[in-house]
Amino acid sequence: MLKPLSLKILDIVTVIVLAISTYLALVFAPAEIVMGQVQRVFYFHIGTAWVGLMGFIVAAVAGIAYLVTHDLKWDRVELAAVEVSLVFFFITIVLGSIWARPVWNTWWTWDPRLTTAAVTELIYIAYFMLRQGIEDPDRRARFGAVYTLLGGISAPITFMVIRLFRTIHPVVIGSQSAAAQGGFNMTGDMKVAFFFALFAFTVIFIDLFWHRLRLGSLQDKVEQMKLKVTM
Amino acid sequence: METIPDTSGYMIAGYAIAFIVMGMYVLSMYLRHRNLSQDLETLEAISNESKPKPARVEKSKPSAKKSKAPIKKKK
Repeated sequence: MLKPLSLKILDIVTVIVLAISTYLALVFAPAEIVMGQVQRVFYFHIGTAWVGLMGFIVAAVAGIAYLVTHDLKWDRVELAAVEVSLVFFFITIVLGSIWARPVWNTWWTWDPRLTTAAVTELIYIAYFMLRQGIEDPDRRARFGAVYTLLGGISAPITFMVIRLFRTIHPVVIGSQSAAAQGGFNMTGDMKVAFFFALFAFTVIFIDLFWHRLRLGSLQDKVEQMKLKVTM
Repeated sequence: METIPDTSGYMIAGYAIAFIVMGMYVLSMYLRHRNLSQDLETLEAISNESKPKPARVEKSKPSAKKSKAPIKKKK
């Protein structure tokens, strides 16, 4: 399968925006006075969380599309979205934990945000286990679609939980709970790094998602060829 | 004056892990793609070998007739 020119261009753009985002986060944005340099992980933490949760929503929408159309291409879309999002959301959790160590004096606490994030990650790890256990492609796609549809509910819950419950996790945009620790007001340069990180990770997500879709198509082609050869 | 706490070690660890995880994922996707491409090539080769070859036989017949014709004329 030849790589289309548009994907090649997107690959180059992805590398460039990642480099710029890293520069903005590590050099351009000023150091936060209370937390020090560790606050800089915030830019990638939010960027990866944004695309992670967005991908889970995309997977849920693809699940609905599959249930309506019964077209296996939607199953490939759903699988690609879950896989890429799972990787990004894992980075979010790890970065959050690293940030929490000097700021909260602990790697982990069962705060509502951290708990819902961990549950979301586990839900989608279980999604792969579910798929592994079903051989029939149509049945696997149907179960996967229903699962991602239900699992998709965890994404808005994870996003909203710090705005609805008493939590120590800071809310950078919007009002936060009085118990929040580690919150800060963004300066102009911080906002530039923050919004560029959101943009950069959206581009990275689209690029990886596209690659994963092509991988899924190739996988299907190989499966069809195997059937053709054995028959 | 307040001094900024030195938490740069955590920052470096965070960015290192983020890049390592993303790099590993890209590598895994590349390896899976390469292996599947190889599988596809092998399967296509097997599929082509197992096919009957009627087209080649048909092409060789007229050329064989042509080669026989001038021999008959000589006799």
